[in-house]
Amino acid sequence: MRYAPCGESEMDKVDVIIVGGGLAGLSCAYELADAGMTVITLERGDFSGSKNVTGGRIYLSPLRHYLPDLWKEAPLERHVTKELITLLGETNSTTFELYSDRSNQEPYPSYTILRAKFDRWLADLVSEKGVFVIPQKNVDDLIWEGGKVIGVKTKEEELGADCVVAADGILSFLSEKAGLRKPFQPQHFALGFKEVIALDPKTIEDRFRMGEKEGAAQLFAGTLTKGIMGGGFLYTNQESLSLGIVVGIHSLNQREPREEIYKFLDEFKQRPEIKNLIRGGEVVEYSAHLVSEGGIHIKPRVYGDGILVTGDAAGLGLNMLVTVRGMEYAMASGVLAGRTIKMAKEKNDFSASSLAHYEKLLNESFIIKEMNNYQNTLSILENERLFSKYPRAVSDLFEKVMKVDENPKEGLYKTIWETVKKDFLNFETFKDWLQFRKI
Amino acid sequence: MMKITEKLAIDAFKNDKETHITLDQKICHACKERFCIYACPANLYSLNEKGEMGVEFAGCLECGTCQIACIYGSVKWKYPQSGFGVQYRFG
Repeated sequence: MRYAPCGESEMDKVDVIIVGGGLAGLSCAYELADAGMTVITLERGDFSGSKNVTGGRIYLSPLRHYLPDLWKEAPLERHVTKELITLLGETNSTTFELYSDRSNQEPYPSYTILRAKFDRWLADLVSEKGVFVIPQKNVDDLIWEGGKVIGVKTKEEELGADCVVAADGILSFLSEKAGLRKPFQPQHFALGFKEVIALDPKTIEDRFRMGEKEGAAQLFAGTLTKGIMGGGFLYTNQESLSLGIVVGIHSLNQREPREEIYKFLDEFKQRPEIKNLIRGGEVVEYSAHLVSEGGIHIKPRVYGDGILVTGDAAGLGLNMLVTVRGMEYAMASGVLAGRTIKMAKEKNDFSASSLAHYEKLLNESFIIKEMNNYQNTLSILENERLFSKYPRAVSDLFEKVMKVDENPKEGLYKTIWETVKKDFLNFETFKDWLQFRKI
Repeated sequence: MMKITEKLAIDAFKNDKETHITLDQKICHACKERFCIYACPANLYSLNEKGEMGVEFAGCLECGTCQIACIYGSVKWKYPQSGFGVQYRFG
């Protein structure tokens, strides 16, 4: 294979060009590695993962079936054995903690993950299998011939292929150029930003009361987002914590009074619930990334003549309220794109009607099924009470129940009943309940 | 408390001479809400003394939030050139 400079009459051609060396692109490359095709992956960062951010945690259970051999050596952080949900009031909080033996038995269902490490490893693995992964290579445009995508343009060269895989992430300029994507709307995106805070493993294990290699995933809802749709997250990595906030961009735009969002994380860190967990830790990175929250409503067309769209680029992300999904969808969709390309290669037909097989595979997979099951979450997430009133009310009630002061303590039933009557037995909450049943 | 500039100083950046974010001053001039200022997690947007909106592209975390938050379409955002921009070491 050689590169042709722009303007040369014959451009060099490979079988498949994958644009974006993240989870979707590399999973597609992995699937295609032993298929006897020339596959090239173009990555804009210095190395795979260098432009990627997650909260984060990856669920392996849905992926083992798609990528059975990948996980043994994978540089994942800790397997999650503890699920914590914290409802934050103004000056109090209530935490629900789930520990389950099942999450502590192999094969472990989910792990915390740092993308710069994981993606880089996956890129090396894919390279060893014979796929070219070229870093520092932005793709500027697609090359077309009679309505069919036949290659890509970078600053220096043009390269042709039977099939181009757009795995270029949530902002996917390629699917935009291919006319497959709908215009961006703030309602469909959230901003996630976080700090990675280095702490030694023993301290992490002690603070979360966990054994070696065990991990915790903690979500926060309530006053930290000041009424903006969203919440906080904290994941324990092997030698660090990932602490951050996710907020819906539309909700952020609407909020009055206006306040710079970056400050929310600093204030969150001042809460005693967080302060004591991060004490003595050193911030080693500050990062931000968009999160796709539009679900099934914004899924673009995922195939065209000579092109497939995978992962975040295809809007395959979902806010499930108790967790945010995306990485599993990226990897599984990459594999399915790979399978589709292998089939297309056998028929030597990379037209849209042949590549439509990818959509069929996606529809049959857990990805689209989950996105359909959660298609109403977005409307529920627009309900501000979910992020302000309810978390606060629960913590306030709990505090009242536990409180002993100079006055004679009221009966428990009376205490609870009065709060329930005030905060929950009203038409508003009834309507919220009806809406909530849709999830 | 760490300042936002101190946080950004921890990150690894390779900065291009050319910006990858351009603003349409006409649109910015008519904008009252200044969504970009409040949404940018790196606090890169600010008004200069002449009241013009400016963006300091060098500390960009490449999230693309500004482009989506600006519903008036002033923010033209593309990826930094090959080999430039933020380089996450943890992610």
